[in-house]
Amino acid sequence: MKRMLAFANRTMKEILRDPLTLGFGLGFPIILLLLLSLIQANIPVEMFEITHLTPGVTVFGLSFMTLFSAQLISKDRESSLLTRLYTTPLRASDFILGYLLPILPICLAQAVICYVLALVLGMQFNMNMIWAILMILVPSLFYVALGLLCGSALNSKQVGGICGALLTNVSAWLSGIWFDVDMLGSAFKKIANALPFIHAVELERAMVIGDMAQAMSHIWWVVGYAVVFAAIAVYVFLRQMKRQ
Amino acid sequence: MANTIEIRKLTKDYKDIRAVDNLDLEIREGELFSLLGVNGAGKTTTIKMLCGITKPTSGDALLNGYSIISQEAQVKQIIAVSPQETAVAPNLSVEENLHLMCGVHGFDKQKTTEQTELMIKQFNLEKIRAKKACKLSGGWQRRLSIAMALISEPKILFLDEPTLGLDVIARSELWDTIRSLKGKITVILTTHYMEEAEELSDRIAIMKDGHLLICATAREIKAATGEEKFENAFISIIKGGAR
Repeated sequence: MKRMLAFANRTMKEILRDPLTLGFGLGFPIILLLLLSLIQANIPVEMFEITHLTPGVTVFGLSFMTLFSAQLISKDRESSLLTRLYTTPLRASDFILGYLLPILPICLAQAVICYVLALVLGMQFNMNMIWAILMILVPSLFYVALGLLCGSALNSKQVGGICGALLTNVSAWLSGIWFDVDMLGSAFKKIANALPFIHAVELERAMVIGDMAQAMSHIWWVVGYAVVFAAIAVYVFLRQMKRQ
Repeated sequence: MANTIEIRKLTKDYKDIRAVDNLDLEIREGELFSLLGVNGAGKTTTIKMLCGITKPTSGDALLNGYSIISQEAQVKQIIAVSPQETAVAPNLSVEENLHLMCGVHGFDKQKTTEQTELMIKQFNLEKIRAKKACKLSGGWQRRLSIAMALISEPKILFLDEPTLGLDVIARSELWDTIRSLKGKITVILTTHYMEEAEELSDRIAIMKDGHLLICATAREIKAATGEEKFENAFISIIKGGAR
């Protein structure tokens, strides 16, 4: 445990000291909320109403956490730091938890910042908001597991392309944050519903309005994807560790 | 002097290539031992097997009596590695990098402080202790890298190409550091610089195509080949040992 925490502490410092993390991870969701609220103030659109928009932007911000964790892992693999650490008493579980756990508080902090800004922009505070912030940990698990998978399987250049460009786009287009997926036809809607992104957003939206029945109908999709991706990520990480 | 490392018939196969072939070798306690060879000789694979990074196909090695096959955890408690490329956490300061290594070895707070201060003093890192590792020059990064390896008080230290890419002054300073370790811990050095191996090593092993060609002191190797310069002796052995 002590060894894992030492490694996790390093992971957190590496991520938080990267200016890109602060810029994109925390800054970008803030800019989105401000910008879309400004549009909403001038041309009211139901989609960009603050109670509806905030859960979506909060979930969208998690895709940057995938990028940051994947980048850190792939860079560690490319440098000799992991080779050095593989020769220490750290076990495989210490590495996996040391990469995964420190990202979760960052995800939580990102959600807190988004909801605090939403309060400033006119969202009404109630206890549901607290539960929504805590619930962000569930989709966070999926996004962080995806980061471990991409970081273990791809090099840092590929991570930039796949997590930085592809994932953020897929996460944006198939999540129903910016537009209703019904607008693009039944095939698009089927694809969106088969993936976890829209369920993660709907889960958050349900939590914000306190609709637990609706939340439960989405949570299993997100949990299911999180478990499957975590299992694949652990397998791929262990495989590359052996290859090293 | 007792043997710290005993390698017995160590073999590693990668698909259709035998990287290390039935290697037998003994390295004494406190010895500074160099592994030489051209690219693909099997040096790095040998070191990776001894460090527990790569599993041997067959054979075994005992490090301080612990088997690399069946006692990997114990082996990892007594070894340290300073890899070829700079192996530091870039956004952590010098001091934090040293703390990281103490942490992954499970040191308590007091031991962490003691060992960190010791390494900072030993490697003259005081002025740069708060500086991020990514801001250091290549020479200082390499020095930090070795300090990170030594902070866990290993019995055996593996140095993979420690002076690669360094300027003459940085190399000379690092040689002094490596020399100062002689007799205190067992050091296994891999290098492509002949003068480095000759200058620093108690004994030198030359490998080619996974085989050990010779293991002796630099003087003995020169005598065996009739060459005055060690580099020529190395070339002679490699060419003579061609398969």
